[in-house]
Amino acid sequence: MATANPTMFQASDLNHHNERVQRRYRLLFGLMTLLLITPVMLILGTLVVKGGGAISWEFLLTAPTDGMRTGGVFPALLGTIWLVTVALILSVPIGIFAAIYLSEYAGDNWFTRTINLAIINLAGVPSIVHALFGLGAFVLFFKFGTSILAASLTLAVMTMPVVIVATRESLQAVPQAFREACWNMGATRWQTIRRVVLPNSLTGILTGVILEVSRTAGETAPIMFTGAVFFTPFLPQSVFDQTMALSLHLFVAATQVPGIAEEVPFGVALVLIGLVLTMNSVSIAFRMWLRGKKKW
Amino acid sequence: MGTTTQALSTRATDARAAEDFDRRDLDWYIDKLIAVIVFVCGISAVLFVLGIFFFVTKEGIGFVFEKMDFREFFLTPYWSPSDAEDPEYGILALMAGTASVTGLAMLVAVPFSLGAAIFIAEFATGKTREALKVLVELLAAIPSVVWGFIGLVIMNPLLIKWFDIPVGLCVLNAGVILGLMAAPIMTSIAEDALKAVPDRYREAAEAMGATRWQVIYKVVLPAAKNGLLGGVLLGVGRGFGETMAVLMATGHAVNIPGSIFDSVRALTATIAAELGEAVVGGEHYQVLFTIGIFLFLITFIINLSADLIVRGIRKG
Repeated sequence: MATANPTMFQASDLNHHNERVQRRYRLLFGLMTLLLITPVMLILGTLVVKGGGAISWEFLLTAPTDGMRTGGVFPALLGTIWLVTVALILSVPIGIFAAIYLSEYAGDNWFTRTINLAIINLAGVPSIVHALFGLGAFVLFFKFGTSILAASLTLAVMTMPVVIVATRESLQAVPQAFREACWNMGATRWQTIRRVVLPNSLTGILTGVILEVSRTAGETAPIMFTGAVFFTPFLPQSVFDQTMALSLHLFVAATQVPGIAEEVPFGVALVLIGLVLTMNSVSIAFRMWLRGKKKW
Repeated sequence: MGTTTQALSTRATDARAAEDFDRRDLDWYIDKLIAVIVFVCGISAVLFVLGIFFFVTKEGIGFVFEKMDFREFFLTPYWSPSDAEDPEYGILALMAGTASVTGLAMLVAVPFSLGAAIFIAEFATGKTREALKVLVELLAAIPSVVWGFIGLVIMNPLLIKWFDIPVGLCVLNAGVILGLMAAPIMTSIAEDALKAVPDRYREAAEAMGATRWQVIYKVVLPAAKNGLLGGVLLGVGRGFGETMAVLMATGHAVNIPGSIFDSVRALTATIAAELGEAVVGGEHYQVLFTIGIFLFLITFIINLSADLIVRGIRKG
């Protein structure tokens, strides 16, 4: 032992071999990542090239003309804004309160686990089953008819898990000591939540809300039979009217309109992707800004 | 939190006699009211899931109890609901359509998304890693109707050209589309599962002289096994329930596929395509809701098993 083996700290053949194996796997998984992302980027590129020509202010701000074969997407865009707004008004308060319950009130027991399982299921049930639910419950049973209200209620139930999960995470990120300090001042549970917990997690909640906007705007199946129609010459005046919607309009333009000008469906697809990806990017940027700002 | 609450409530009990009156001011009542509201909202997810099951069953149950022949329904491939004289409701071909498309999608998505998740979580560092994560998240956000459109106008002509087939709307098209669609979701779930493996496991292995790949292969993957499996299952559930993309990319022909170039029709797409023309309360309408019950139960089982599997590691 006194005379240390001089080769002890030199890499052996085995080390070299392991090193090569590791580099090979790194390359393999890197390639797989690339292969996963590249085709989608190419496809998106194609959409931009083919649809880019159709996009203009006129396309966004005029109605379809000539039996939907030409013209713009204004009624569909407006309809999507209606649907998303009403869905958010319905689902965001309930979603935030549900998250408050899970984070601030619920204990770690079978009851809470049941709620969590229900949230996972709400997000996992096929969108077409949500459509059946919306038709059976809101359109027929509650007699809202095919209307913005019925469609937005369906969307609200479907996308609520997004808000719940995001809100719960940002509530739980508020240190427990903040709450204890507030309780010790004699504040009630709700005063603590309203004055201390919510203000400290507001931006995180907003991230979730923006994500939900994006999810809601893209859904098609749940609104097909509950409130969105292929075509209507009228713009919606209240929540009891039917409306066109961007996502359904893409389906219709791609499959149901013979002789449609080729760039129209590409243009609709591009507007929809643009809307969704912008919302998501804003949400991500927001989250990163938030992480950089965090004080605790 | 538990102990703090307990301590508070013990103190509150001691002081109840003296302070009870003072505490019942407006804030006290608001607090109680909010607690009730919050609880109702908290259980709303459970109520909604029960509501979905109730209303879908309510519309479809008439067929299940009165006219449904289980053998004919599940084991025959003949689907002709609009035949006025002798409508036939066999969903075997539709199940085969859903299974073939989902199966192919998983063959595409599982290896690639696990590979990508390992690369992002274990190999990539710094800016590369952040950029890849953002990219994957954005890809996961593309709406399903856009994927259907891509299958229809981009994949369709490509497949016709490459494989010299008459119609490019087939199992292959829908499978690839669905795979590309499910992959980003599975990648982020798998990445979360890998990240959940404590760093001290990796450090211990590295201290023994293991290379990064040895750490991944011998330590991280076995530890994250259940989380990864849960992620794959959730991906299967997603693919199984997908509607618009398979409606537009499969060709929508009732058919038990013999090859990946055959057109098929999925369970979900059948409901989406036919519900509009079915008479409310009629037999066809009830059958479509019966398929809905079936879809609900299958996805419920998939989600439940995914949850149980993931919870398995938390306990162990």
